[in-house]
Amino acid sequence: MSILGTRVVRTEDPVFLTRGATYTDDLTDERLTGALHVTLVRSPLAHATINSIDVEEARNAPGVVAVFTGADCDIAPALLFPAANKQMVRPFLATDRVRYVGEAVAAVLTEEAYQGEDAADLVDVDYEPLDAVVDMKEALKDEVLLFPEAGTNSVTAMHLNKDEPGDDFFADCEVVVSREIVNQRVAAAPLETRAASAYWGEDGRCTIFCSTQNAQSARDEVAGWLGMDAKDLRLILPDVGGGFGAKIGADPEFALVAWLSKKVGRPVRWNESRSENMTGMVQGRGQLQTITIGGDRDGTVKAYRLDVVADAGAYPRLGVALPMFTRMMAPGTYDIPKVWSTAKVVATNTTSTAAYRGAGRPEATQAIERAMDLFADEIGMDPAELRKKNVIKPEQFPFTTKGGAEYDTGEYAKAIDLACKAANYEGLRAEQARRRERGDALQLGIGVSSYVEITGGGAFVENATVQVHPDGTVTVLTGTSPHGQGHATAWAMLASEELGIPVEKITVKHGDTDLIPTGAGTMGSRSLQTGGVAVHNAAVELVELAKQRAADVLEASVDDLELDKATGSIVVKGAPGAKSVSLADLAGTEELKVFHEWDAKKPTFPFGAHVAVVEVDVESGKATVERIWAVDDAGPILNPLIFDGQRHGGIAQGIAQAMLEEVVFDSEGQPLTATFADYGIPSAAELPSFDLVTMETPTTINSMGYKGVGEAGTIGSCPAVHNAVIDAVSHLGVRHIDMPLTPVRVWTAIHEAQKESAK
Amino acid sequence: MIPVGFDYQRPESVDAALALLAEHGDDATVLAGGHSLLPVMKLRLAAPEVVIDIGRLAELNYIRVDGDGADSYVAIGAGTRYRDIVVSDVLAKECALLPAVTRTVGDPQVRHRGTLGGALAHGDPAGDLPAAILALEGTIVLRSPRGERKVPITEFYTGVFSSVKEPDELIVEIRVPRTGSTGWAYEKFTRRSNDWAIVAVAVVTAPDGARRIGLVNMGSTPLRAKATEAALAEGKSIEEAAALAAEGAEPPADNAGTPEYRRHLVTVLTRRALQTAAG
Repeated sequence: MSILGTRVVRTEDPVFLTRGATYTDDLTDERLTGALHVTLVRSPLAHATINSIDVEEARNAPGVVAVFTGADCDIAPALLFPAANKQMVRPFLATDRVRYVGEAVAAVLTEEAYQGEDAADLVDVDYEPLDAVVDMKEALKDEVLLFPEAGTNSVTAMHLNKDEPGDDFFADCEVVVSREIVNQRVAAAPLETRAASAYWGEDGRCTIFCSTQNAQSARDEVAGWLGMDAKDLRLILPDVGGGFGAKIGADPEFALVAWLSKKVGRPVRWNESRSENMTGMVQGRGQLQTITIGGDRDGTVKAYRLDVVADAGAYPRLGVALPMFTRMMAPGTYDIPKVWSTAKVVATNTTSTAAYRGAGRPEATQAIERAMDLFADEIGMDPAELRKKNVIKPEQFPFTTKGGAEYDTGEYAKAIDLACKAANYEGLRAEQARRRERGDALQLGIGVSSYVEITGGGAFVENATVQVHPDGTVTVLTGTSPHGQGHATAWAMLASEELGIPVEKITVKHGDTDLIPTGAGTMGSRSLQTGGVAVHNAAVELVELAKQRAADVLEASVDDLELDKATGSIVVKGAPGAKSVSLADLAGTEELKVFHEWDAKKPTFPFGAHVAVVEVDVESGKATVERIWAVDDAGPILNPLIFDGQRHGGIAQGIAQAMLEEVVFDSEGQPLTATFADYGIPSAAELPSFDLVTMETPTTINSMGYKGVGEAGTIGSCPAVHNAVIDAVSHLGVRHIDMPLTPVRVWTAIHEAQKESAK
Repeated sequence: MIPVGFDYQRPESVDAALALLAEHGDDATVLAGGHSLLPVMKLRLAAPEVVIDIGRLAELNYIRVDGDGADSYVAIGAGTRYRDIVVSDVLAKECALLPAVTRTVGDPQVRHRGTLGGALAHGDPAGDLPAAILALEGTIVLRSPRGERKVPITEFYTGVFSSVKEPDELIVEIRVPRTGSTGWAYEKFTRRSNDWAIVAVAVVTAPDGARRIGLVNMGSTPLRAKATEAALAEGKSIEEAAALAAEGAEPPADNAGTPEYRRHLVTVLTRRALQTAAG
């Protein structure tokens, strides 16, 4: 029986659940003996020029070994995203100007951590406050400039769409609906905040222990910033306590930590506080969207336009690129004859933005799924029916969209049907009608989402090394970088399946750039369809290699040999009891090891449908998510336990954005959500039980049929819940409410709609 | 997230604590459960030179009926933990509003550390217990080397996080009337289960049958819904009376709600609480 598709309990969990993992700041490594603690002095103002920085008092404080400012730091300010305006470079310590609250202006190095906080308070920075610009539309006016030398706050020309359609774009549509909606900024808020430690060896090489989702590219980034050869830099990842996209690549602090270590000639360590994390770590989403949808009263959608303004924050990073995915995925699961999109990216005096679970695709789904509901409402059609009428049909695959994506496989209407059937959609609508009829205080809302997303869309190439040892154990080296995804279990299952060696004997290693010099890490739900397939391929190759070696030992033709998976031995086909040789014995004679690099060449397109049910207390505005049914189809399921775990986390994060989470800055750029008391991460008490419905449609892109599921739950649940809340109050005249759907917002929308209807 | 350095003192008695308070005055802060104090110290928003830890003083940890006959009341030591209030048999019988309100404070970890005296001394207008004690018309017993005085809760708070308590005074006891096990309700409205209330309403039926209403987060101090109480006394319906709940309130504006929203919400919650209290 195959181990694939079975609920193998995660081998990494006992440590996580008992003594706890070893994160970067927990690390006790002799190379870090006597490490100094780095405390960063951070700007309390969102926009200001720096007149002077006086560090004398801090230098003389107890335990202080050194204090550095931007004037001391000779790392050249860096452009953190290649396609951004070349003037928008970030200094590693601010010199003449700060551009967001939390920007580092000085580094204090002390023997003990507490001494650093005391001394940091003594660094006297003379700021000259400047007007801050926080609102994206205000920033686009270019009245307050973050980078005066750039002459604009516009970040990039990469999303320019030259062939602006004429006024007739919606001319053949009987109905056109347009609305501006906000996809609010959210924080990744991983439980492990950012951290890095560094030391320099006598050989002139630097080792950085840090928390990231991809050691190899982080190494290359840091080397680039420091002007080093990447081979002189080694990154080692201890356990990583969550990333959600915000730990993709290196943070400038990693390079600063390495530079500081060299400067003082001692190892150093840096770990940020939660409030530093809530202003310093990159944040996600942050789009202002104008959606326009047109079609006929029979429910045929004919044209869709999406205009995006994306917030880059103060120093443009990966967030600059994400509207590319938003635009590519704009049409969603629908076969819409005309689709048009634009995107502008603008700098503001806020924390920089980058990837966050879904990274550009959830924004596209939210827009089209809100648009579909607005259109359904306008023509008086059931939203599930409208979706099924317009989705791409199974026979149309592979399907090239007007967004420029080539969808591999999908059965979108089937997913909607499955979700609706599981939810008893008709029964829910009947209950909703009864409550409306009675005028209950608790109204029912039903939200449907149909989604398709893109996984493995960043880096297509990944590698794996599989080695069988003479003692019968196996080591798998992977270029992926698990931080909660369960690769130690999943990759072992893939190797076990081919080698006939049990999972307990297989160790998966990752995240050390000397051991694994290449690899693209874990992001964009890419790992299984790239790194997992690479492990599978490497194991298949290893068996072939073993057969060739065994041919001599067993004096048989390679074609007559096979692996007996029950024993992990090469045997002669159809000759039970004949001579055999185990993989372990072969490894004892000569190293039995295969390196395989797999190029997927293309991404895959997982899809699904969610149905959410909410109750809205129309008197108080409080919305409660009661149930959610999720169909998430990402091809064959390798391990249902891990697969469902990914969906659980993803659905929770989608509900979180719909209902609770938002990073808020006031008009002066002061963060108002920099603690967990203020930022609305849900707990189990705010979440319903999730009903997961299985559907498995393989991709044609890889031999295993695998797609990615890491972000699917987030992408599907957020619009379903958003639509459900608005559906609950649509009979009161409400057409849209921006997320998060807090009680005050829901009540205000009802209140405004009632005032409107009273006119 | 590391506090400024401070001296830590753990006196063995209330008298010793009072002596330390008298010695250090404004430079000292009293630590009980620490769930309000330690976060602000870690954020360096507070930097006391001396922290006087009264958290282990057994003489401040009790719940009992004191006084005679019609003058009897429930006396609660200021150091009594929330959890002990939640599970108290005495309070379940004599003043059931209080354990019900206390059960909604924070999470189990918080409730095993936080104390009633600490909550009242902190005086967060978004806190549950000040408004509950206000609805109960409780009395706060303050002690200093100069002696003991009893301050009705109605005269205790002077503004946001401020009260008539002098720096050398310690809250030692809270007295609440024997309002019984019925005729009360607490409507707490939060964004998440563990959050502070956006608005909350405590209703209790006094021994004389009057309904008294305490409001959470409707101003710079806990408030009474006086207009609603008066309307009920005049025989108005719950609906009519509840509509007046925001009268005289100046609720705050923050991420969780506008003043306009809070003014509306308090009428909804007051109506529901009064209906629940009426049984």
